[in-house]
Amino acid sequence: MVPLNWYLMLSTVVFMIGVFGFLTRKNIIIMFISVELMLNAVNISLVSFSHFLQDLRGHILVFFIITVAAAEAAIGLALIIALFRNKTTAHVDEMTEMKG
Amino acid sequence: MPEFVMPDLAPVMPEIVMTILALVTLIADIIFKRKETLAILSIASVVLVFFVLFGTPFKTTFNGMFIADGYSLFFKLIFLLNVVLTVLISMRYLVIERVNFGEYYSLILFATLGMMLMASAGDLIVLYLGLELMALSTYILAGFITYDMKSNEAAMKYFLLGAFASAFLLYGISMIYGLTGTTDLNAISEYIILNGLTANPVVMLSMILFAVAFSFKIAAVPFHMWAPDAYEGAPTSVTAFMSVGPKAAGFAVLGRVFLIAFGSVRMDWSAVLIPIAILTMGVGNIVALSQTNIKRMLAYSSIAHAGYALLGIIAGTGEGLASVMNYLLIYAFMNIGAFAVIIMLRTEGFKGDTITDYEGLAKSHPLAAALMLVFMFSLTGIPPTAGFMGKLYIFMSAVYAGYTWLVVVAVIFSAISAYFYLRIVMYMYMREPKESVSLAATPALGIALAITAAAVIIIGVLPSAVVSFARAAVAGF
Repeated sequence: MVPLNWYLMLSTVVFMIGVFGFLTRKNIIIMFISVELMLNAVNISLVSFSHFLQDLRGHILVFFIITVAAAEAAIGLALIIALFRNKTTAHVDEMTEMKG
Repeated sequence: MPEFVMPDLAPVMPEIVMTILALVTLIADIIFKRKETLAILSIASVVLVFFVLFGTPFKTTFNGMFIADGYSLFFKLIFLLNVVLTVLISMRYLVIERVNFGEYYSLILFATLGMMLMASAGDLIVLYLGLELMALSTYILAGFITYDMKSNEAAMKYFLLGAFASAFLLYGISMIYGLTGTTDLNAISEYIILNGLTANPVVMLSMILFAVAFSFKIAAVPFHMWAPDAYEGAPTSVTAFMSVGPKAAGFAVLGRVFLIAFGSVRMDWSAVLIPIAILTMGVGNIVALSQTNIKRMLAYSSIAHAGYALLGIIAGTGEGLASVMNYLLIYAFMNIGAFAVIIMLRTEGFKGDTITDYEGLAKSHPLAAALMLVFMFSLTGIPPTAGFMGKLYIFMSAVYAGYTWLVVVAVIFSAISAYFYLRIVMYMYMREPKESVSLAATPALGIALAITAAAVIIIGVLPSAVVSFARAAVAGF
């Protein structure tokens, strides 16, 4: 059987990749995918905890997270389209209407 | 096979009624052509929820997942008040901005429903769901003026950083769940005490992750980067809404999670929150000095106010919590009041959101200038306004908890803040008007201004009623 630590390491690594991607990439879509990666890292750790603790709460929370992430994707993409119509870009460096 | 038992629905009644009415408002959008009807419908819904709220028994239901107590009741009153005032100031403004769509009102109701769930959450799953319902609705509201690039940009930044913060919150939840095997706040606290985990690194890590995620929600430095852009670009009525509601909801969950679930590691989390509070007050007040856009200035001011309110949480006592609640209620009045004046200056073809637009306002519109004067005095914290009383109670509770030096720091920053608030007053009263400014005054806006100005002065003169209500509310915490 795969030990719990392996799952937790995988989850941490995926989460860190997500954080790194969010902080370094400049394309909104890639940044958004990085956030999704972070959420899925959390899902991995929750499911593995849930399995090792023999408790259902973790699974329930994972289902909620997947649902909310879907809603978040819908809203995020809608916002990107609204932005793209006014300014043909998906690059954060060009979002400079407001400063200070 | 365990038998299915219907949970007690009486404590959740306000949320159930709110859900139904928000859905009714959404459907009513198809039927009614005049969107003002929806505004009235949403105010009527909130009034109905208000009456249901006072008939709700103080109980815990859904196996401890949902708590109806005095604490949540007080916060829900702030949220309902926030909706009424926001809807009143939005009606004319949406027409001027040419975005008079009905879904605006149902989104506000859904966001408020999320906040109400957050205030009552006794379990991290409910907390997360409430937070996301609030956040997702607010993202759309921030980008509501779809043809305006500033609004798009505000929504985009708010969305990206909000989603980033909720991923941190979830990571914290998963850590604490893995350690304790539960997501119930009381059970987490018991587990930490029973097993002597007060110095456990996983508890510390998850506490820090919670602190990061909640700091994003209340816009505390160094997690405030989204706030100035989101507040400046969003429609002004939405800025008023999101500078009060989500912030109060953030404090509601901050208080409950840190004082209950992490109650046994109070020394550790206050060591995390104290630097955050000092930075928040410092950056908020100092950067506000150099702003030329009034909405952006008020965004930094709202960051600074989150710093003051954090002192009450750091105090960690019932008195501290009561003073935070009292402060957030007062903040709702004075901040929405200030935004109501800003909205009044927005007319067809005139933005009215730079500070120089206020030059000589006292000559052309003495009443509007006088109201703005009251709100600016209150935000500075000058007696006899409510802002002074709110700050006084927070600082007193921090002094009693032994954080006198922190209060000294807060008072110094509060004195700095007088410069940028009173600059608006100086512009209004001591400069000559450059161009004639016309006001978009409507009865609804007048009602909102009357409520907020009266509340600011009455609470400032007679604070005891609100304070004793807040104290009674935390008694059963």
